[in-house]
Amino acid sequence: MSKSLQLYFAFSLAMLLLALFFGAVAAFAFLYPEFYNKYLPFYQLRPMHVSSALFWIISGATAGILFYKKAAFDTTNSQPRVEKTFIYLWMGTVVVVFIFYAFKKFGGREYWEFPPFLGLAILAAWLFLMYSYYTSWTKRKKKPPLYVWMWSTGILFFLITFIEQNLYQLTWFRQSFLREITVQWKSNGAMVGAWNQMIYGTSLYIMVKMSGDEQIARGRKTYFFYFLGLTNLMFNWGHHIYNVPGASWIRHVSYAISMTEWLILISIIQGFKAKLTEQRKYRHLLSYRFLIASEYWILLNLLLALFMSIPAVNRYTHGTHITVAHAMGATIGINTMILLASIGYIIKIDRLNVARKKYITIGFITSQASLLVFWLSLITAGILKGYRDVALHITPFQEMMRPVISVLHVFAIAGVVLFAGMALIVFNYIKALAQMKPTHEKRFAKNEGLIGLNPILNNSSKTGNVKPIVKPT
Amino acid sequence: MIRWIWVSLFICFSGYTLLVYRECDSTQASADSKALAGMQTWQEKNCQSCHQLYGLGGYMGPDLTNVISEPGKGSDYMKSFIKYGTGSMPNFNLTDNEVANLIAFLDWVDKSGQSRVHPSSVHWTGTYNLSK
Ligand code: HEC
Ligand code: HEM
Repeated sequence: MSKSLQLYFAFSLAMLLLALFFGAVAAFAFLYPEFYNKYLPFYQLRPMHVSSALFWIISGATAGILFYKKAAFDTTNSQPRVEKTFIYLWMGTVVVVFIFYAFKKFGGREYWEFPPFLGLAILAAWLFLMYSYYTSWTKRKKKPPLYVWMWSTGILFFLITFIEQNLYQLTWFRQSFLREITVQWKSNGAMVGAWNQMIYGTSLYIMVKMSGDEQIARGRKTYFFYFLGLTNLMFNWGHHIYNVPGASWIRHVSYAISMTEWLILISIIQGFKAKLTEQRKYRHLLSYRFLIASEYWILLNLLLALFMSIPAVNRYTHGTHITVAHAMGATIGINTMILLASIGYIIKIDRLNVARKKYITIGFITSQASLLVFWLSLITAGILKGYRDVALHITPFQEMMRPVISVLHVFAIAGVVLFAGMALIVFNYIKALAQMKPTHEKRFAKNEGLIGLNPILNNSSKTGNVKPIVKPT
Repeated sequence: MIRWIWVSLFICFSGYTLLVYRECDSTQASADSKALAGMQTWQEKNCQSCHQLYGLGGYMGPDLTNVISEPGKGSDYMKSFIKYGTGSMPNFNLTDNEVANLIAFLDWVDKSGQSRVHPSSVHWTGTYNLSK
């Protein structure tokens, strides 16, 4: 891999560490504001945390796609300079964003709280990425398998939703608050769908490479669920704004579309037995274990999301920590686990020495256990707030929040343990990454991937046991 | 085939997007310059990291959508919070003009509708019927 791509992978992992660190500090700033307001207030920590989390996800996903694309398209990298420009412009802008945060210079909106002019640099960087990606795409030698469709969709929709998020700069969009908030959450909601397309595509790609079975990225059912995901990306975002009294049809459309995700749940349950067989077969591979974890988290988060998407239930869950449980459950449990599987696959964690693998395993088990406590305590906090605020109408605010705050202490402690567990993984990843020799991605995928690590794996295309991976948006 | 399904969906998405932009709200009075300036301050001081509007935002402080019209609260009550902070809410050392703009912004938000959904608005199918 090129030096700049290697650096980009390290950068994405550093963002993950920062997200964990700021998250853990923010949790205590939430609980003890009198103390933190003097030094590092919550309104500064929250954007630092959320932005580093999003930059981790987007950087980790795009670094993987840049790495895999040469093998996936079967072309050599024809745009090394464009790719490099993207990488350095993107990383440079992110650093500048954090400098602005450090001086408490905000001005954007939720999740992208930096002064909006910095968005121009992000946009420019993304256009370089698109140029590099789509020129390889047009030169591809074979019919694109599903993961290629997913990457292309994700990259395109990130552009669309990013522009849409900034439309509020035009006065017309701010002249009505209902329009302003509708467009903001339309774009935010669809953007999550966009990065999910990139990440689920990556997960499908690794599964194909591990099993050596290209068929799992083709079949009819796989495409059906891809289009279901795309439809949800386009039309389900209204579930963020059920209580906003704008046009009713927005609410009805998003409710109906969101409910189609029950099909995904049913499909996961149906495929469960085959999944277990598959899991027994690959369980010894560390990078596969991250994929297994992501699939259990999909099941849990999908169930939660489906209930939250019923307006009558959303009446209680909206504006509570259940939303935070949903957001972090998905970004950590699903997105982060898949990205760690992807990076682990690239740096070949399964070929590391025993001690290194042991640390990663300890980190893995610690983070899964603490994430479960973390997630459940957020849900408990959310249920308490929903009940006390919406059902009992307790005022004043501090009195209503009292038991919620007690539960959030459990959340904060679980967060620190999660930080420790994940940090153990990330440190070992960065070490392994630094020791990697420059290899060509194409050769890597053909000769040096996990195929061939285990004799059983080489036969899997004959046994055909691998099930299509079905995921929600 | 795949390409055609993709393109059709994309066309639907584009049409739906334009429809949403045009029709999502046709009733509200435009914001005046004070409210727009207040929105700017709201973003620059990052009030949304602790407060929600229509339930969206951070969760450390209360939802502010309708505080201005809540019985016993109102603009003077809000002014004192915004101007001086509390133990848990920081003091941003805002000028009187900035405070007035923030109040104008929150007043305009309040007029756009109610953040809380009344139980009688819940339809038996699980959706809401909201009228402002
Ligand atoms: C660090 C988090 C934080 C930030 C940032 C913050 N607030 Fe607050 N705010 C709070 C908390 C917590 C309360 C509840 C205070 C209490 O009850 O003591 C509150 C209360 C309020 C209230 C009174 C609400 C009521 O119903 O009693 C108003 C109005 C308010 N804030 C406006 C603002 C504005 C405007 C900004 C931006 C300039 C802002 N706040 C920024 C945390 C914050
Ligand atoms: C990979 C790791 C992580 C990712 C990807 C992540 C992602 C996110 C996201 C997307 C949000 C926004 C939620 C919303 O608006 O509903 C958020 C909020 C938050 N996260 Fe994390 N997070 C991570 C780790 C942590 C950790 C370890 C902690 C420590 C306890 C933490 C504490 C918080 C807090 C306190 C908030 C703010 C909630 C609020 O506004 O009240 N996060 N995180």
